[in-house]
Amino acid sequence: MTPAAQRLDVRKTYKLAIGGAFPRSESARSYEVVDAKGRFLANASQASRKDARDAVSAAVTALPGWSGATAFNRGQVLYRVAEMMEGRHAQFTDEVTRAEGLTAAKARAVVDTAIDRWVWYAGWSDKLAQVTGALNPVAGPYFNISVPEPTGVVAVLAPQASSLLGLVSVVAPVVVGGNTCVVLASQTRPLPAITLAEVLATSDVSGGVVNTLSGTTAEVAPWLASHEDVAAIDLSGAVGLPGDEDLDWAALETAAARTLTRVLRPGDGLDGSSNGEVGWAATPPGPRRALFFTETKTVWHPKGK
Amino acid sequence: MPTFDYAPAPESRAVVTLQPSYGLFIGGEFVEPVAGGGMTTIEPATEKVLAEVAVADERDVDLAVRTARRAHQRIWSRMPGAERAKYLYRIARIMQERSRELAVLESLDNGKPIKESRDVDVPLAAAHFFYHAGWADKLDWAGFGPNPAPLGVAAQVIPWNFPLLMLAWKVAPALATGNTVVLKPAETTPLTALLFAEICAQADLPPGVVNILTGAGATGAALVAHPDVDKVAFTGSTEVGRQIATAVAGTRKKVTLELGGKAANIVFDDAPIDQAIEGIVNGIYFNQGHVCCAGSRLLVQESVAEEVIARLQARMTTLRVGDPLDKNTDVGAINSQEQLTRITALAEAGEAEGATRWSAPCPLPRKGFWFAPTVFTGVAPAHRIAREEVFGPVLSVLTFRTPSEAVARANNTPYGLSAGIWTEKGSRILWMADRLRAGVVWANTFNRFDPASPFGGYKESGYGREGGRHGLAGYLKEAGL
Repeated sequence: MTPAAQRLDVRKTYKLAIGGAFPRSESARSYEVVDAKGRFLANASQASRKDARDAVSAAVTALPGWSGATAFNRGQVLYRVAEMMEGRHAQFTDEVTRAEGLTAAKARAVVDTAIDRWVWYAGWSDKLAQVTGALNPVAGPYFNISVPEPTGVVAVLAPQASSLLGLVSVVAPVVVGGNTCVVLASQTRPLPAITLAEVLATSDVSGGVVNTLSGTTAEVAPWLASHEDVAAIDLSGAVGLPGDEDLDWAALETAAARTLTRVLRPGDGLDGSSNGEVGWAATPPGPRRALFFTETKTVWHPKGK
Repeated sequence: MPTFDYAPAPESRAVVTLQPSYGLFIGGEFVEPVAGGGMTTIEPATEKVLAEVAVADERDVDLAVRTARRAHQRIWSRMPGAERAKYLYRIARIMQERSRELAVLESLDNGKPIKESRDVDVPLAAAHFFYHAGWADKLDWAGFGPNPAPLGVAAQVIPWNFPLLMLAWKVAPALATGNTVVLKPAETTPLTALLFAEICAQADLPPGVVNILTGAGATGAALVAHPDVDKVAFTGSTEVGRQIATAVAGTRKKVTLELGGKAANIVFDDAPIDQAIEGIVNGIYFNQGHVCCAGSRLLVQESVAEEVIARLQARMTTLRVGDPLDKNTDVGAINSQEQLTRITALAEAGEAEGATRWSAPCPLPRKGFWFAPTVFTGVAPAHRIAREEVFGPVLSVLTFRTPSEAVARANNTPYGLSAGIWTEKGSRILWMADRLRAGVVWANTFNRFDPASPFGGYKESGYGREGGRHGLAGYLKEAGL
């Protein structure tokens, strides 16, 4: 091929995803993202405290609609995400290959599993209440029923290593139960997360249900942990940062304690994911992660003639 | 109109035999605390001393936790579930056999009416053990996967408002799931827990499975912070709940918190008014309002507000306040001087902020701690009495016009423990129940409890559930819910 015939590719600008829009960081900052071998991939937006707060606001706004949707409807939307990902399979494989330094075959398998995970959780949407709800046999003339309800806005520190499968494995269980969320993507491998945000935007997931931020975990996480409108936080991504560093997640849990924010600790073992990379590959041993982000509501009513 | 006065009908206190002083219950026997500290517990209705109890410090906590660990490893975790179950059934039976003694002692130490301790607290406490006994050998079918494993040693700190019932809520599920416990009863109400220790001994419960440490806040803090406890279960104020959530941050301790509330009790214009009035009274004046899920904010639809308030005040006039041991008493003594001071201060703030105060015209005994059932009208959402948990017999009345406004007002609080709905319209009940951010919703009833019914809050009312199948999760490994 002659040089003249080579076409310069059009590169994608990786932005944040907040409330259904794709803004750059309000701070106008970006940071260099490189592949597993250190080669330049992109300049990702570096989210600020204000971006985190905007994302929480968007999640708060989206909560009534998403939590009020029927479980069947949410299931269809999550299944739609799998459909849309399938169409971008090659792109995800390419991004995961670069981000995680996997072989193409392994990256393909990771993308397969990530897509299948959406399908798996999609099916849980209208089963959670049936499997975990109950008609309680109280000792009196009362109708008494318990059902799981979404906890609210959930902050998610996505796993640092598994940039796509780990991400899907922590986001899908949060949204399937009707929560909305703010996801802080893997710090050094954020690009698959941003591409996933583009998929979500075209999958009937309403704007604000999943808000995706890229940036420095240590900088943004404390603002999410202490935010009063955040009802629960998943600290998966607080460990395994660049240089094998861990965040001081005790400090994040302490910040969360101020408003009794529910905390899912890193490596909690809730679904076998404490095994790191290996753990995400297996189908979870039940919807425990989804149920962690629910509240049980019990309703009583007398019986009588 | 003729009036029919009630003659005094005191329950005999002879059924209770109190020791002059009590040690700590560790490893199946009462032992003296290492440092030898003690405190007294008084009868809030008379301010007379009932007994002296030990105060446990860090060293006693350490001994109790090590004892519980050993009992867990050597005995309780190895015992077949069916055998654990029989111990729990035994305990339930002994509680039923000694129910009168437990009820009188509870009323003496707490100040609550005997009618309540006899008909609610003690029967429910026994029922909790009976219910959970059945789970002990059926955990494989509880929905937490095969062979769900206990956590180990549970540190449990309970409040003074339902001393024995809260003990049952904590101890029964912990033992049923194979954990051993170190329990700290509240500073002002330790006596039924110490009687429960005797019941454990009568049941031949293996030593160390249940350990009971008396003391105040420092004892509880030391217990929660002990590095070798696997589980922390707390019922009490949101403020202390925050401290506990902070104390366990960064550890692997599993936590259940059952904290404060500011429940809305919502009355629509089509509600069955007579039943609603009883529900409102039961919602706020039951147990002197010392109830985390008390219906302390009455939201009345504007069109019936005047009628509801008038009928409520008429009903409040008939409430009998006084001797907790009198079988006719409806409202007993406030549990402590400290709590009385807090209630008094908040009620004064209600007046100072412009709400209108009305108290039932009842004579109050001279000795002891008392607060007449009180209702505030003209309350604005910003008033302290509309926002803060009073934990006393003080009701704040607010009004609304539409169901949506009722939901918005009800949810306008950092708490989310309970809520009440009064209406004859079924679809509205379900619509409201879906939107109220509260762990327990009572429709056309209030303050109902049952061992099979999960209890616990949303938001700053805490996390985790107690009771029912859901309550087991807090005591099992890898059980999300």
